[in-house]
Amino acid sequence: MNQVDDNDILVRVRDLHFQRGTRPIFSGANIDIQRGKITAIMGPSGTGKTTLLKLIGGQLKPTQGAIEFEGENIHQLSRSKLYKLRRKMGMLFQSGALLTDISVFDNVAYPIREHTNLPESLVHHLVLMKLQAVGLRGARHLMPNELSGGMARRVALARGIALDPTMIMYDEPFTGQDPISMGVLVQLIKLINDALGLTSVVVSHDVQETVSIADYIYLVSGGVVIEHGTPEQLNASTSEWVQQFMQGLADGPAHFHYPAETYLDDLQAGVK
Amino acid sequence: MVNPVQMLGRSALTFFERLGRAHLFLMDALWGFFSMVMRPRLLVQQLYSVGVLSFLIILISGLFVGMVLGLQGHYILSNFGAEETLGVLVAASLVRELGPVVAALLFSGRAGSALTAEIGLMKATEQLSGMEMMAVDPMRRIITPRLFAGILSMPLLAAIFSMMGILGGYFVGVGLLGVDEGAYWSQMQSKIDFSADIINGVIKSFVFGVVVTWIAVFEGYDSIPTSEGVSRATTRTVVHSAFAILGLDFVLTALMFG
Ligand SMILES: Nc1ncnc2c1ncn2[C@@H]1O[C@H](COP(=O)(O)OP(=O)(O)O)[C@@H](O)[C@H]1O
Ligand SMILES: [Mg+2]
Repeated sequence: MNQVDDNDILVRVRDLHFQRGTRPIFSGANIDIQRGKITAIMGPSGTGKTTLLKLIGGQLKPTQGAIEFEGENIHQLSRSKLYKLRRKMGMLFQSGALLTDISVFDNVAYPIREHTNLPESLVHHLVLMKLQAVGLRGARHLMPNELSGGMARRVALARGIALDPTMIMYDEPFTGQDPISMGVLVQLIKLINDALGLTSVVVSHDVQETVSIADYIYLVSGGVVIEHGTPEQLNASTSEWVQQFMQGLADGPAHFHYPAETYLDDLQAGVK
Repeated sequence: MVNPVQMLGRSALTFFERLGRAHLFLMDALWGFFSMVMRPRLLVQQLYSVGVLSFLIILISGLFVGMVLGLQGHYILSNFGAEETLGVLVAASLVRELGPVVAALLFSGRAGSALTAEIGLMKATEQLSGMEMMAVDPMRRIITPRLFAGILSMPLLAAIFSMMGILGGYFVGVGLLGVDEGAYWSQMQSKIDFSADIINGVIKSFVFGVVVTWIAVFEGYDSIPTSEGVSRATTRTVVHSAFAILGLDFVLTALMFG
């Protein structure tokens, strides 16, 4: 990256190392997330995509390396500064993570009520606007357990943008969706990014959907960034691995198996 | 093969590590008191679900325990012709021991298990993580109000338990078995000491309240976020609370009356 680009970069991940127990999840990943763009982070499941989002959100601490948000190292902030910073980030969990004991309306109102002293009439207007944006204004009286998976994610999206964050992170937004709600979500992510001038990070292994809206793509595997570039650049890549992933082939340089002893050794070892 | 010494060492380390985490957790939750003062509504909501909803079980159990005390006490005392002291016996047993202990055991079963399950499920469904990412600190928003609600409720519930027990003893002793009403109350008044009996009982129930609620919220927060993990944590809350209550009761009794 040259100097001119530097101000355009919202999140800068440098030499990221992280491990669970003794198992390394990241070993030296470098990622730049550009302002105003949709950056996709793709990789096989179990590579640590969710972990990466939690690291960026400051919920996990890297063992080495740094993650900067607007030039501030997230993991050196005090607890109260970290909580302040998180107001600039929205995150959509795979499950939606809605609060189950309050209605859709109250879920979207939750961050607004927690962080502002706006009068209830204004909160009402704001919530309806956000719900309108995701097409669920009519569902505001429902409880989270009355929503389908796709609806729950859209409510979570409305809640994620309730405080007009700078950046929003989506964890596997397309997984387990029927084609229609998948299409809806794809459009919504693009629309919201452009209309609100957000920066979006989409973590996914659904290649086609993600590629269709991403401005820039990182392919992650084995704890490092294997390849990055615009969708066109990646499609034109000559790397076997990149082609395997972009075309969704089961076999190739990337492995389907979780790391293990050889199959034969395992079977011969008998029951321990 | 892992040898037994290694296993012992490992479980000791795990135990002390967890104990350490539990203490840091308690400090953090107590520290949240200052931000909770700004939002008393959070505490009031929890006082309702932790305290008020435990009211009925405490009321009914207290009544029955007092009635049994009345029966058993009368049976023994009448051997010595000392039925008039029934009020003292009932009140002293309740205020010193049964009130704090039985109320705390009931409380851990009724409210403690519910707290663990609620917090554990919030963790398992990523609601706590979700809050963190909404810049809402779950320690402040969820844990602190529940902890203080438990600490405040326990002494009151124990006092209500004792009061109901004394009434139960009265119904059985005076109502059914014909103990003199004046003797029942006046003996109680003259023999039950405010500081030795009542204050000590309140101190006990306060300690039990801290410990039981602490165990409950910590087990929930520290649970493995799966259905099995939450179910185990809930069981642990009830079992560990029972051990803690009975063990501490012995220690406190030895210190107070020994
Ligand atoms: N709480 C946890 N404890 C231990 N290991 C975990 C935990 N969460 C995830 N992992 C491990 O970390 C790896 C990365 O997980 P994750 O970030 O969820 O992958 P992805 O989102 O890319 O599918 C997985 O192989 C998983 O086994
Ligand atoms: Mg994931």
